[in-house]
Amino acid sequence: MRSIPHVVAAVRHRLRVVSLLQAGLLLVGSLSPVLADTGLEAVLAAEQARVNTIATASETAVAIFAGAAGGGSGVLISPTGYALTNFHVVQPAGVAMQCGLNDGRLYDAVLVGLDPTGDLALIKLLGRDDFPAARLADSDAVLVGDPCFVIGNPFLLATNLQPSVSSGIVSGVHRYQFPAGTILEYADCLQVDAAINPGNSGGGLFNAAGELIGINGRASFEKRGRINVGVGYAISANQVRNFLGVLKGGRLADHATLGATVATSADGRVVVADILESSDAWRRGLRIDDEVVALAGRPVRSVNAFKNMLGTLPAGWRVPLTFRRGGRPTEIIVELAGVHTTAMLNDLVAGGRGTQPELPDGKPAPPPNPLAPDPADLPEAIRPLYEPRVGYTNFHFNRIELEHVLARLADRAAGVSREPWRYRGSLAGGGPFEIELADQSAQISLPTGVSRWEPAAAAAGLAAEAGFDASPPGSGGMLAALTIWRQLLLNGALETGRTSYWGQQPQASGSAAAGQLADVLTWTTAGSQARFLVDETGAIVEIIFSLSPTADPCQVRFSLPSERHPCWRPDRIIVDSDGRRFATLAVEEPAE
Amino acid sequence: MTTPFLTGLRSSTCLRQRILLSLVSSLICTAATWAGPSTAPGVAAASRVVKLYGAGGVRGLEAYQTGVLVSPTGHVVTALSTVLDSEAIDCVLDDGRRYAARLLGADLRRELAVLAIDGEDLPHFPLSPTAPRAAPGTRILALSNLFGVAVGDERVSLQHGVIAACVPLRARRGPHEAAYRGDAYILDCTTNNPGSPGGCLIDWQGTFLGILGKELRAEPSGIWLSYALPADEVAKGYAAVLSGEPPAVAAETEEGRGFDLRLLGLALVPDLLDQTPPFVEAVQAGTPAATAGLQPDDLVVALGERTVTSQRALRRELARLIPGDPVRLSLIRRGEIVACDLGPLPQAPPPAATREEAP
Repeated sequence: MRSIPHVVAAVRHRLRVVSLLQAGLLLVGSLSPVLADTGLEAVLAAEQARVNTIATASETAVAIFAGAAGGGSGVLISPTGYALTNFHVVQPAGVAMQCGLNDGRLYDAVLVGLDPTGDLALIKLLGRDDFPAARLADSDAVLVGDPCFVIGNPFLLATNLQPSVSSGIVSGVHRYQFPAGTILEYADCLQVDAAINPGNSGGGLFNAAGELIGINGRASFEKRGRINVGVGYAISANQVRNFLGVLKGGRLADHATLGATVATSADGRVVVADILESSDAWRRGLRIDDEVVALAGRPVRSVNAFKNMLGTLPAGWRVPLTFRRGGRPTEIIVELAGVHTTAMLNDLVAGGRGTQPELPDGKPAPPPNPLAPDPADLPEAIRPLYEPRVGYTNFHFNRIELEHVLARLADRAAGVSREPWRYRGSLAGGGPFEIELADQSAQISLPTGVSRWEPAAAAAGLAAEAGFDASPPGSGGMLAALTIWRQLLLNGALETGRTSYWGQQPQASGSAAAGQLADVLTWTTAGSQARFLVDETGAIVEIIFSLSPTADPCQVRFSLPSERHPCWRPDRIIVDSDGRRFATLAVEEPAE
Repeated sequence: MTTPFLTGLRSSTCLRQRILLSLVSSLICTAATWAGPSTAPGVAAASRVVKLYGAGGVRGLEAYQTGVLVSPTGHVVTALSTVLDSEAIDCVLDDGRRYAARLLGADLRRELAVLAIDGEDLPHFPLSPTAPRAAPGTRILALSNLFGVAVGDERVSLQHGVIAACVPLRARRGPHEAAYRGDAYILDCTTNNPGSPGGCLIDWQGTFLGILGKELRAEPSGIWLSYALPADEVAKGYAAVLSGEPPAVAAETEEGRGFDLRLLGLALVPDLLDQTPPFVEAVQAGTPAATAGLQPDDLVVALGERTVTSQRALRRELARLIPGDPVRLSLIRRGEIVACDLGPLPQAPPPAATREEAP
């Protein structure tokens, strides 16, 4: 099993000769008399529909050429020019590349985000805001036997920028393919018998409706050399969707680990074989020999099913995990750690290059890493769109996404009251509550007592974040979370710490939009950090605040009665910490 | 569609008609591919296909292949290969249930093996020795454990294609000629991959058409073949194994190997390796070998004064003899060296009529 590289120049000529011969054969004679005799109008209609579907999908196919470094395929997914391809295609190609579409034009393109483990990359074609774009389908709905087609640049044949099309059926779903080397793990992938050859890497796999169900990237090769033997694999569209936010944010994506390994027990159950005591799963109560029943909403019936599910998730997501101990099922929410450290990811991307020091005896320096170029060496069109930063593929795009989300927040928060915010209502467990949030203080009254937070005398405003505490007791820092929430909505930014765009993650289970992806902003300071989940309307639906890296976070969820409701007046606030519900607050005042 | 290339065409009008027809059938085929739901039989058939795990795992020899359930009580047909050369053969059903399989026997001519697992009421394809052959152009689905990508309850892989021809198989793998030289379906898609041998071939109505063969190259061209043993041949091989027919059939594998051991009434174990040791598999009654007292499991170590270390070496040495030369074999039987005199080498019978073949 190896991933597909790119160039097979010698084969190219031969293939052309073959296709010319076939084309010549097909020109002989006319179809009409036979068709009339056998009444095949329906066949012709089906054929025409298929031709149309392929014609539409072909407009989204990207031919990537990277000179001597080879090339591959890609597929456009937005009118603004975002296109998906494989990590292993852009790794040699670098930050700047030229991409051809079947309109016959070449476009400059810039690298945006990388997921080395998942073999995924996001690039952006430049020069238009009306690119044809493929629609990402729900790949979990794909069934074995479904027809499918592959569009791309096999053997780099598309020198005239016209992509090749091959058709087939889906041979298998939810396939697990072990990492090739240390990375390039294909989890939960689609297997097809449509021809995927070297050069098809990064191109689209489409269903019969012309929707994008996967990104082709791998094939089983063996004794016959590097040509298709009816067995190709594609990264599922659903995995792509999970990582798309991270990639758009210019980040270097990492995959998730539970911090625990599983094995099949003698009686066929999937049980925890080992677990790190530093993992969130351990903190939530998972132990060795517990039976893992479900992860992220999908049943786990085999070790492969577990690896499949985990392999499609970005590090940092919080997902439900159900385990059984002594016959009793328990559901916990676990925050998934990363498989790699930032340094490891940087090394993976550099492919070992650029990490060796230059030798003092005048020997040539190692070749430059195309994924971390000196911006001065980039083409003029690309230079303003590239900004290197550790832990990022291209920080320029993080700024862009951050601006987009902050602009959405500001729109939604237009007309927000600058007076102190006061809330009154009842707790789900009985009893009243009152909250007051002001610029320099926050207070909550609960039946159990009153908690108040004020910045330390030495500092003003949020600069006193070091003075945040976990009040009220047991909440993990609810007042601090509400204070930064107000600050963000009032000012459209946070004065201290660093705010950046993280990507997307699903909204917590139990909320109205559970499972739907929301944009995530992260706020990090020397001590505390927070994540804000911003939905499509620009409302903050969730805050996860951690007083310190080791403290249990406070998760605050806001529910709003409608899309136009003022976003600072939730009708319900749910607070969780340490795996438990701290409070459910029904807000009665102010009412809309 | 490879049909137009395979059909013998003589006149140009005939050519034009044939091409039109094949275009139409190709259109029907592709349109139907697009419609999709007809592949449902492939999904239904998956429960009758098993994943087999046995010996191998070294370079070029996979330790896994595929089998097809052919009885409700757990008979499995598969391709005879080195995977089965193991004390323990694991058989994993579509639902993930795992069984230990026993090798009941093999039809060496058809390179077909029959295994048994202890099951009841299992989904299966009943076999019939009179199963009709599918015509070239028939759309097929192939189900197999290719590349071992499916494990546990994961479904075997599904591929689609068309039967290009049904012709006598002439194939080899490296120096080894395929024993089976009867009719085989030649397929237009790459179905014969590592792990595919013993896979299931069905048509789009779900009818069982045959089992996938091994990874072999066509003898004249060296091209890798995708082929399957037709259902009627599978049924005949299955019946032969179950009836416990002695391996007279085994002797037929001697064709074209330099020296025909049938001349001496001798059958060796299947010659699967470069250096397969010349172990005796069977001895035919009333022949020089039987008269000289050769027994199954004897290991031939020398012919006359010349030592032989492989089946090929034995055949090479025998081929040097002329009729009337003495045939004296040295054997190892239960750890002891035994000398056996088979008398003078008999005259070879005239060659049997061979099948008509196009030049």
